[in-house]
Amino acid sequence: MADFKHFDEMFGAGEPSREPYRDYHQWFESQDAAWLHRKSDEAETVFRKIGITFNVYGEEEASERLIPFDVVPRIISSREWSRLVRGIRQRIQALNAFLYDVYHRKEIFRAGRIPVELIANNDAFLPQMIGVSPPGNVYTHVVGVDIVRTGEDEFYVLEDNARTPSGVSYMLENREIMLQMFPELFARVNVQAVGNYPKNLRRSLGNCAPRSGEGTPVIAVLTPGMYNSAYFEHAFLAAQMGAELVEGHDLRVVDGRIAMRTTQGYAPIDVIYRRVDDDYLDPLNFNPQSLLGVPGLFDVYRAGGVTIANAPGTGIADDKAIYSYMPDIVQFYTGEKAMLKNVPTWRCREPDSLRYVLDHLSELVVKEVHGSGGYGMLIGPAASNKELAAFRDKLKATPGKYIAQPTLSLSTTPILTKNGLDPRHVDLRIFALTAPNEIHMTPGGLTRVALNKGSLVVNSSQGGGTKDTWVLEE
Amino acid sequence: MLGKTADGLFWMFRYLERNENTARLLDAGFRIALTRADAAEPEWASVLTTIGIKQAFLEKYERLETTHVIDFLLRDSSNPSSVLSMIQAARDNARLLRTALTRELWSATNECWLTLRELLNRPVRERELPFVLNTIQQQNALLNGTLHNTMMRNEIFNFARLGTFLERADNTARILDIKYYLLLPSVSLVGSSVDNVQWETILRSVSAQRSYHRLHKGDVRPREIANFLMLDLRMPRSLAFCYAKLTDNLTHLAKDYGVHQPCFDQAKTVFAKLTNHSIDEIFESGLHEFIQEFIRDNNALGRQIEKDYRFYG
Repeated sequence: MADFKHFDEMFGAGEPSREPYRDYHQWFESQDAAWLHRKSDEAETVFRKIGITFNVYGEEEASERLIPFDVVPRIISSREWSRLVRGIRQRIQALNAFLYDVYHRKEIFRAGRIPVELIANNDAFLPQMIGVSPPGNVYTHVVGVDIVRTGEDEFYVLEDNARTPSGVSYMLENREIMLQMFPELFARVNVQAVGNYPKNLRRSLGNCAPRSGEGTPVIAVLTPGMYNSAYFEHAFLAAQMGAELVEGHDLRVVDGRIAMRTTQGYAPIDVIYRRVDDDYLDPLNFNPQSLLGVPGLFDVYRAGGVTIANAPGTGIADDKAIYSYMPDIVQFYTGEKAMLKNVPTWRCREPDSLRYVLDHLSELVVKEVHGSGGYGMLIGPAASNKELAAFRDKLKATPGKYIAQPTLSLSTTPILTKNGLDPRHVDLRIFALTAPNEIHMTPGGLTRVALNKGSLVVNSSQGGGTKDTWVLEE
Repeated sequence: MLGKTADGLFWMFRYLERNENTARLLDAGFRIALTRADAAEPEWASVLTTIGIKQAFLEKYERLETTHVIDFLLRDSSNPSSVLSMIQAARDNARLLRTALTRELWSATNECWLTLRELLNRPVRERELPFVLNTIQQQNALLNGTLHNTMMRNEIFNFARLGTFLERADNTARILDIKYYLLLPSVSLVGSSVDNVQWETILRSVSAQRSYHRLHKGDVRPREIANFLMLDLRMPRSLAFCYAKLTDNLTHLAKDYGVHQPCFDQAKTVFAKLTNHSIDEIFESGLHEFIQEFIRDNNALGRQIEKDYRFYG
């Protein structure tokens, strides 16, 4: 039943199911297949009714699409989870120390651990942030760490999404829908709750407010607007936190603070949880063409009048070229060896690596250094000769734009198909919140699943779906 | 609350109310078109004038044919007041201010949009019209019921209600503006079948037939109709009722915010005009003038609310 070329999280090396899945699998086996399929359809109807959709750019017809949802949960044991938590916590500490260093004394470059050109020629490096210390020295208020698994004990960090990671609303809604569809399951299996995420987000952001102790901090979620692909999530989080959902044109600088236009005049804001890119924050300080930002926002920020989460300039830390140095970065700032592995990465800017990549292109995954969403990437083993040749030319023309990684044998978890359970490749995004003295992770996450058999691409924009992710109680 | 959110709520509920009014007007007009072929064209003309889109219609079609009118009013995307355009706009607004709505109200809005979009994705045949109009009204009722049953009675509710009643007052006033001549004593020929049908149509277009007959034991008289639609505080689509609600909601806002804005006094003044005069006095000083002044006042109140509560930057 399972495809044993890859590690299957439900069946491992074969029946019976692995320990974390035992109770679930027993339950599953005792269910009527037709009923499960009905439930699966029901879930889709609910998603559509409550409007949990994402927008796809460039598609006018179905501009609001549903992300397919699979009703079989992805299950993680508490032991596996605590290992991930320790590893991610260490990484995030290192990331924040690195960011502070990048924009202050640049020790790591002086020590020769990372070539300074990597930031000198990098669009994600924000010169405006040099010498600026964000409140509590927190840069990465919200991180979405992408984890992939290849074996019983093999976990890799694929990406540290430290800019404005999205997907957390799916973590919450997927659980909500599972609770609605299969309430009896939650009486049977002890699953840790994820529902506190908005409350924790609110607390964590509040702890990063610039003038703590002056009453409850006012938090606003800054969205580019309803046509943004993640608008649903922006609205969802604002509603769940009891925060206002604002756009640039709702805000202006009033008496040295950022204030929002309310029905009773302008009211100051302490923390802006922004879901817009750095470029669109402030047309005076960044992209002058932007209509989305707030003129003068960055000046207020620099003067300590408002917290921007995540901090501007954070993108330098989740740049794919910097990523390859993460083991060194963790070691340099924490004095410890990185607990979670990095995926081996060839930086095509280095001639030796480029040569290797060109020679082994059909075995590798090549990504744009600044890309995201699975666009502009090459999956060697799945590519045609023509695609390989085209990519070879691109690599030769601008090698600095690319990195390459081996195609990992991603773990699988079964999905419900017409023929019963069938394995599909998955990854996992874990959401971590950073406050001055606390890094908090919600026990769960967003499992993305490549619904096409054999496919390794889990991106929702390219045929990926999601699953509820269960972390079991101890 | 953000000014933008207040703006979104106010207009969302104006759009929804407008849809309901369009459905009622279509229903009343269709009744005439079915029963009296010769009266169909003038009736459609007055329906389109009431909604304020006769010009736009005549730019597209030469004659006032029933099928075209139905299509234009229900589903023409080039008509910004069509039911389909309005529900799209209302739902866009709801998406924009999702954080202010309960989950239930958002779901009801989304479902209304999904249902109407499905219902109106192809031309509506005449025999399907009653079902379609009924569905529009049902969906709206569902939405309004959800508003009442799930939303807190706070500023969010107040701005939603202001939108509803400002639009409703405008709609009832426009019907009166187009049909006022039928209500004048000078032209009333009690018992004449022509006027009876016209009067029933007026009542039908504000869903007030049954209430009226219950109140007046089947005695249809223009003076009573005018009184009913304008001054009766029990009738939920009368001008006076709308203004009682508008002043109620503005009073809540004034208390809540601790500030009396100019719009509050403006609404009180209009309300006083409706409560301090009898229908006979209004007839005496000129029904049409009264209604036209009311429409101007009502529009001015809308603008003042937008300004006082900082809907725009």
